[in-house]
Amino acid sequence: MSSVIESHHDDHHHGPAKGLMRWLLTTNHKDIGTLYLWFSFAMFLIGGAMAMVIRAELFQPGMQIVEPEFYNQMLTLHGLIMVFGAVMPAFVGLANWLVPMMVGAPDMALPRLNNLSFWLLPFAFGILLSSLFMEGGAPNFGWTFYAPLSTTYAPPSVTFFIFSVHIMGASSIMGSINVIVTIMNMRAPGMDLMKMPLFVWSWLITAYLLIAVMPVLAGAVTMMLMDIHFGTSFFNAAGGGDPVLFQHIFWFFGHPEVYIMILPAFGIVSHIIETFSRKQLFGYSSMVWAMLSIAILSFVVWAHHMFTVGMPLAAELFFMWATMLIAVPTGVKVFNWVATMFKGSITYETPMLFAISFVVLFTIGGFSGLMLSIVPADFQYHDTYFVVAHFHYVLVPGSIFSIMAAVYYWIPKWTGNMYDERMGRLHFWLSFVGVNVTFFPQHWIGLAGMPRRYPDYALQFADWNMVSTAGAFLFGASQILFLFIVLKTVMGGKKATPQVWEGARGLEWSVESPAPYHTFSTPPKVN
Amino acid sequence: MEYQKYYVPESSKFPIFAAFSLFIVIIGASSTINSLDNPESNASLILYTGLACFLATLFFWFRQVVKENNAGLESAQLSQSFVYGMAWFIFSEVMFFAAFFGALFYVRSFAVPWLGGEGEKGLANMLWQDFEATWPLINTPDGGKAFVIAAKSMSFPGWENISHWLPLYNTIVLLSSSVTVHFAHLGLKKGNKKTFNIWLGITVLLALIFVGLQAAEYYEAYEHFGLTLNSGIYGSTFFMLTGFHGFHVMLGGLMLAVMLIRSVFYGHFNEHKHFGFEAASWYWHFVDVVWVMLFLFVYIL
Repeated sequence: MSSVIESHHDDHHHGPAKGLMRWLLTTNHKDIGTLYLWFSFAMFLIGGAMAMVIRAELFQPGMQIVEPEFYNQMLTLHGLIMVFGAVMPAFVGLANWLVPMMVGAPDMALPRLNNLSFWLLPFAFGILLSSLFMEGGAPNFGWTFYAPLSTTYAPPSVTFFIFSVHIMGASSIMGSINVIVTIMNMRAPGMDLMKMPLFVWSWLITAYLLIAVMPVLAGAVTMMLMDIHFGTSFFNAAGGGDPVLFQHIFWFFGHPEVYIMILPAFGIVSHIIETFSRKQLFGYSSMVWAMLSIAILSFVVWAHHMFTVGMPLAAELFFMWATMLIAVPTGVKVFNWVATMFKGSITYETPMLFAISFVVLFTIGGFSGLMLSIVPADFQYHDTYFVVAHFHYVLVPGSIFSIMAAVYYWIPKWTGNMYDERMGRLHFWLSFVGVNVTFFPQHWIGLAGMPRRYPDYALQFADWNMVSTAGAFLFGASQILFLFIVLKTVMGGKKATPQVWEGARGLEWSVESPAPYHTFSTPPKVN
Repeated sequence: MEYQKYYVPESSKFPIFAAFSLFIVIIGASSTINSLDNPESNASLILYTGLACFLATLFFWFRQVVKENNAGLESAQLSQSFVYGMAWFIFSEVMFFAAFFGALFYVRSFAVPWLGGEGEKGLANMLWQDFEATWPLINTPDGGKAFVIAAKSMSFPGWENISHWLPLYNTIVLLSSSVTVHFAHLGLKKGNKKTFNIWLGITVLLALIFVGLQAAEYYEAYEHFGLTLNSGIYGSTFFMLTGFHGFHVMLGGLMLAVMLIRSVFYGHFNEHKHFGFEAASWYWHFVDVVWVMLFLFVYIL
């Protein structure tokens, strides 16, 4: 009992512990947010390096630098690492830093669980990456790990892959429970649901999606494990199962998953556009309802990933219409962002540049998604580079640009220092050009029929592949600049004011910069 | 109303221990499973070490939370966090079972009929043209080449044999245990610890009986009916659904047993503060509902 009392009597008013132990044992939402963000950045660079291997191989037709087997491993790990290691942890890191400050809470609701959610990730990804050195190599079946590629024909490391996915899922579920409980239970008095900042709303909905679908992914990999090692026949038609069943279960997880990777971006972009337009956000409540509708619809569209697999016609039609329906709430959001900027006093600081290009380029990705949702057209597009271009447009200038925008926007609050504006803009323009040069030509080579996931291709695709590779290396190199800018800001720079940005509103801007180690030990008043 | 400070521990060793021991667990589990056909492998030692570390960490972690609670560090708001946390955890478990029920419904409504030649995708029948779709699926489409065909299924055996049908007894046992745990709850709310302890003890006993009957059923399936994981999709869904349910019964039973020990030997819980017990009882009711679904969709229909 005494240890309990001891650890309690001196709490809350001193700073962080020193050294490595601070990071291993921390229960502080800001520390854990920082850990998540750095972890995600490390994964972004590793997954990015794999993308460079892929693009280097595709620079010219014919086999150049890697074996096809290794190419498949790079392709698989690039997808898995970017989805589960880079984008998702970055958003969880932002939620950790921002949600408690935005709702006026002293910390996350379950601080120790928060630490566990983070520290599971380095272990899970350590195991996943170590599979590169195992007999038979790393997983090579694509990030969607369709059966029977991932069951009958999988390398032995698939077992390690399955368990590391379990651990990633556990981490996500615990993290999401924490976010939901924090939002539902820790809001300062007066912070009604419909007064919450949109980033908080976006995370409330995201966390719900995560808790709903991560267990389904766990079920899918469990069935794989049983099929591979214990003789069950979930995905084997010879025993009465069905390989298509795997795709149904995977995409029941996978489609909400893609909204998990974009809803927090919607929240971030809403804040940034509002601030730099120096206007109140247009249509707050319609933004909330749009996110809710997207989340609900995301559960009934999964089979649009499977139009060519051989489904009954009624299913194809249902999933086509349901998918198109999602364009409606998404359109509401895009129009609201544009209406917010309309007649605003706009300035173009780096976060705003990223946010505006998010709106434009994400919309392009949305439109190509709409094209893909049309069943007869999808028969042509399916598994071509058009699909690759589509989902990279929503993920790179979509999710990743929003994360970069968020870093530039809130880093003065985190570190107390302003970043170098000129270098920030340079980073933006290099990334913007790089991302478009990389992915826009992929629309064309996809429509012309270049299939995805092969290390080689027919000669007529050579020119645009060369352009695409050049763009990819430009984009990759400009992220080293991003790392440099962030490090420079952490080390020092012009001191930031508490409000940081002229038009910024919200509780997080009411505390000093850098934000004190403990904020809102007693709840603030919200008007 | 005066604001009560929300307790945030300054730092904690438990999470990093838990994360590290789970790391050992998954290395051990993967290596064990990958070397199942190698009798000389010692990989299971890694697995057991990891599990032991993980369980020990959980024990000390929960003990710490109980101590903090008894030391009065828990505000009403913190207790509310536990309530929400448990509710959402149970929701995640519901979705885990949903994946397996979804697989069951899919194979029963689509995959198996298609393999038998019925429905819009009935051309799947050209793979194994002799196959006739039935449920429970005893004869596998490949005629038992890759799979072992069972003698019979675990489904409803008809009214004349109902007295030998174990799942019926399991249903009675588990449904009554939901009632007894509710009686325990009612007793506790009235402040009657003796009623609480007795009814909770009976519940734990019923949990044990259930697990015993389930083990007997598995023994019967494996030894007498030849129904195994390797018996095609019926065996796969049957054992995975009932197996995960059985595992959750053990987990829920363990939770209730811990609550019983805390109440009997340490005098924890009173009519105002007993969320630890309530959380366990919620979990128990959840496990019970899953069983009702299983009884309906796996055994009867």
